[in-house]
Amino acid sequence: MSPAGDPGQLDVSITQKSYSAASGGSIEVLRDLAFTLKAGTVGALVGPSGCGKTTLLRIITGLDSDYVGTVRLPDHGKLGMVFQEPRLLPWRNVEQNLRLGAPEATDAELDVLFKVLGLAAHRHHFPGELSVGQARRVALARAFAVKPDLLVLDEPFVSLDAALAKHLQEELASLVTSRHVTTLLVTHNIDEAIGLADSLFLLSASPAHVIAEVPITQPRTRHNAEELATIRDEIARRLAKVAK
Amino acid sequence: MNAALRLFSLFLLVAAWYAGSEIAGQRLLPGPQTVGRTLLAEAQSGALAFHLGATLARVAVAFVIAMAAGTALGIWMGRSRLADRLADPWLVALLNLPALVIIVLAYVWAGLTETAAIAAVALNKLPNATVTVREGARSLDRQLDEMAQVFLMSRWTRLRHVLIPQLAPYLAAAARSGLSLVWKIVLIVELLGRSNGVGFEIGIAFQLFDVTRILAYAIAFVLVMLAIETFLVQPIERHVSRWRPRAA
Repeated sequence: MSPAGDPGQLDVSITQKSYSAASGGSIEVLRDLAFTLKAGTVGALVGPSGCGKTTLLRIITGLDSDYVGTVRLPDHGKLGMVFQEPRLLPWRNVEQNLRLGAPEATDAELDVLFKVLGLAAHRHHFPGELSVGQARRVALARAFAVKPDLLVLDEPFVSLDAALAKHLQEELASLVTSRHVTTLLVTHNIDEAIGLADSLFLLSASPAHVIAEVPITQPRTRHNAEELATIRDEIARRLAKVAK
Repeated sequence: MNAALRLFSLFLLVAAWYAGSEIAGQRLLPGPQTVGRTLLAEAQSGALAFHLGATLARVAVAFVIAMAAGTALGIWMGRSRLADRLADPWLVALLNLPALVIIVLAYVWAGLTETAAIAAVALNKLPNATVTVREGARSLDRQLDEMAQVFLMSRWTRLRHVLIPQLAPYLAAAARSGLSLVWKIVLIVELLGRSNGVGFEIGIAFQLFDVTRILAYAIAFVLVMLAIETFLVQPIERHVSRWRPRAA
């Protein structure tokens, strides 16, 4: 890891993060967790559930500043985020939701996003009138509309049926590939991680740290099934070891 | 069907009024036709419009001040536990202070002025608005707050598009109860220390034991408030809640 670093990359180095427990004392969630995500690449954080992935994301996105360590966002530090739930404003229509999240986006840019994500017919619908999949697409569109220096995705396809998740995953893959957005993805789904990421960061059980970085060399649009299966088995084995 | 039922109910009210006046006598309870004639005469002389206008202006100013200050205070108290602890005793004191006490004190301290009158009315309404809005501010969605923070939304955007829409049902409730409360208190304020307005007119009528006039002004004002409710409050509410999926 070069200390100087590329200004476009994400550097995370957290010495310690703990919560004070309701019963007194404190629970350590993260310890000596460090990784670097290169500019324009997609990294996936994979780890056992409850290992502190969400906490880590809250620290990186600036929602939680109570930790020991440093987080250096890519230059300009503009964030686009897709939360586990779409978190749209139910009282504003789809287009207004995008414009409020990304006031600088031009009409042409929004048009492209609506088209790519199949939302053109829903521009003026309220979130309550959308299906689950459509609402997720709007959340994706909003995150891309800000033209982020770092795109953060927190389990973006959780609780969708398999076919829809696969479909959205492909749309996301082509978007991040064509736009070269530095992207950090959190997921518990290894297939999803392999399908989207350039490198996987495997996390240990709590207190979490990075136990390995696994590069995925194949371009994400052209994975072959055998290679994927090999990587998946390898990762599953390593994770099983940490989870105990 | 609905409109017909409403009309029928209204007709029953007028009929009961008519019957009542037949039993109690014109002096205690003048009938609808007598009150109607007085109403017409007052309207023609311009007195009705003058007094109604004065009262409505006071209602509007006091209502806006009370809602704005009450909402700001309610949001602050709902979001900050420290603010809630600090301001709550004041709020309880103000809530339980009789309207009459506030009015009399305002007149004693600030003189029989317009400012004192409006301040007294606003101060009477403010704690209700605060309590209602505080309830709403306590149940704000933290997830949307975080979203707004991550997307670096400006303070104005957050207020206008994230905060106020969430508070809309509470603001509507506060406005509804506020409007009727404010106009009732405005009448007392006018009765005690103003020389125009519906309250002042009713005070004069009371001294002359002129029940016809009292009823004429009361009805005129109720009609105006009914119109405000139908043509202003309800359309605004419909617009604000247009995003809610219709109940089946």
